[in-house]
Amino acid sequence: MIWRSERLKRLLYLVPLMVLAMPACALADEPSIDTGDTTFILLSAALVWIMTPGLALFYGGMVRRKNVLSTIMHSFIIICLVSVQWVLIGYTLAFGPDHGHLVGDLSWLGLKDVGQTPNADYAATIPHLVFMVFQLMFAIITAALITGSFAERMRFPAFLAFSLLWTTIVYDPLAHWVWGVDGWLRNLGALDFAGGTVVHISSGVSGLVAALVLGRRRGYGSEPLLPHNLPMTVLGAALLWFGWFGFNAGSALAANGLAASAFVVTNTAAAAAALAWVIVEWMHHGKPTVLGAASGCVAGLVAITPAAGFVTPLPAVLIGLVAGAVCYLAVAVLKPRLGYDDALDVFGVHGVGGTWGALATGLFATTAVNPAGADGLFYGNAGQLWIQLVGVAASWALAAVGTYVILRVVSLFCKLRAPADEEEQGLDISQHGEDGYADMVLGAPAGNGTVGLSGV
Amino acid sequence: MTKIECILRPGRLEEVKDALGKFGIHGMTVSQVLGCGLQKGRTEVYRGREYSINLLPKVKVEIVVRDDQVNEIVKVISEAARTGEIGDGKIFTYRIDNAIRIRTGEQGDDAI
Repeated sequence: MIWRSERLKRLLYLVPLMVLAMPACALADEPSIDTGDTTFILLSAALVWIMTPGLALFYGGMVRRKNVLSTIMHSFIIICLVSVQWVLIGYTLAFGPDHGHLVGDLSWLGLKDVGQTPNADYAATIPHLVFMVFQLMFAIITAALITGSFAERMRFPAFLAFSLLWTTIVYDPLAHWVWGVDGWLRNLGALDFAGGTVVHISSGVSGLVAALVLGRRRGYGSEPLLPHNLPMTVLGAALLWFGWFGFNAGSALAANGLAASAFVVTNTAAAAAALAWVIVEWMHHGKPTVLGAASGCVAGLVAITPAAGFVTPLPAVLIGLVAGAVCYLAVAVLKPRLGYDDALDVFGVHGVGGTWGALATGLFATTAVNPAGADGLFYGNAGQLWIQLVGVAASWALAAVGTYVILRVVSLFCKLRAPADEEEQGLDISQHGEDGYADMVLGAPAGNGTVGLSGV
Repeated sequence: MTKIECILRPGRLEEVKDALGKFGIHGMTVSQVLGCGLQKGRTEVYRGREYSINLLPKVKVEIVVRDDQVNEIVKVISEAARTGEIGDGKIFTYRIDNAIRIRTGEQGDDAI
């Protein structure tokens, strides 16, 4: 009975295969679309999209209540801004036909020639439009990540100008270097499966430079600038983790074993890093914090991103554990020592975690997971670590110089920082004319407004 | 008439309300407040940095009673609110000129 139904099942599987094979035979020259791959990447794109609203909550909960809306608005407006920029010019700069190994040319301006048939250079089994929109979501989250560094003090017009210029001048070329056909880092053999350099080092290092250029928030070091809603932050971290399955598994660009492998190592590294962050913090300060667990999982997700398509689950545990501990130390020890005010630790988590992940890829990568990749140091190829180092250094350099120049240029025609009284009042009222919690009387820092009977 | 204003631990509010209810006092105004006194603040840790929070959450209960009830009510509240630890709060009493029930216009003791 059992073998019979098995046989029946196999026969049933053959039917769609035969149906698929027929047009493929008829039009052997044209690349054929795989419906499974297309479905998976479309859904992965939607998963990566939800990461940015997730980031809005993650960041929104960590600022004081007078800045919650302005912080959420940063991420939300970047979704809109980059969505339009990408269609007009961003996609062609990043993935268009190569120009000098540095940037895409303008042949795909306004998505000209980007249509429903696959582009075999990037993904042979899904419509080119699907690849384009999947990559758009990466461009969005990267620009949004930076906003955590200048939260609570940047003027909205300056933020808009900076973000638009940054995604065009820093993100698009860097994506081309690493992922574009004939990009120089891709040609060099640098491995970055889902964006450790392009997304995390670039946003983290840019965040550090932005924090240094803008200067510290008023009251930094003298008054407590505390998170106002940690449950919101944890919800945001959970959405990030959820969306990250699309980010990393989707980067296989097909519904296959490699996607499954990336999914597993992603979850494993996130979990290990959350445990490591909590344990180190517990030993250091005596309490295992919820914010630590939420921050730790993000650090692990960042670190596994470049490695997701090249490593097996056991190295993923190690990548996660190290990410949790090292990012904790960057945030809790390095930042106060150096005195910069990277408000929500974009550098400590994404810059440091992304750098560790990119280097760890050079240690643990194996062609057993992905024949299209390379072996790392521990699989007998020490040269890969050097190539990874070049990729890391190039990403640091482009992000740091690009961000500095863009901020200086923007500051020529637009003040970057909110004046003291507006910062004191909070950016929600001063920039947007709204109040996130209209029924609460007290501003920062401690909760519990004098609001009568509710909740007593 | 006397106004009794007490600052209490949030966790003792229910006991104080019950005790006042048994005594026949059902009207009160309660607010959430922040304050500091003998009780030291607490330490909170965010991303590995410690912050000392010196304003602690308390509740403020305000009631207005007849002068002849004051001593006994203060005793009732004290017993219900006391834990014996630092941070149990304080009770203040004030003389009041008049009270007016808005609905009926009654004044003085009749209005409370």
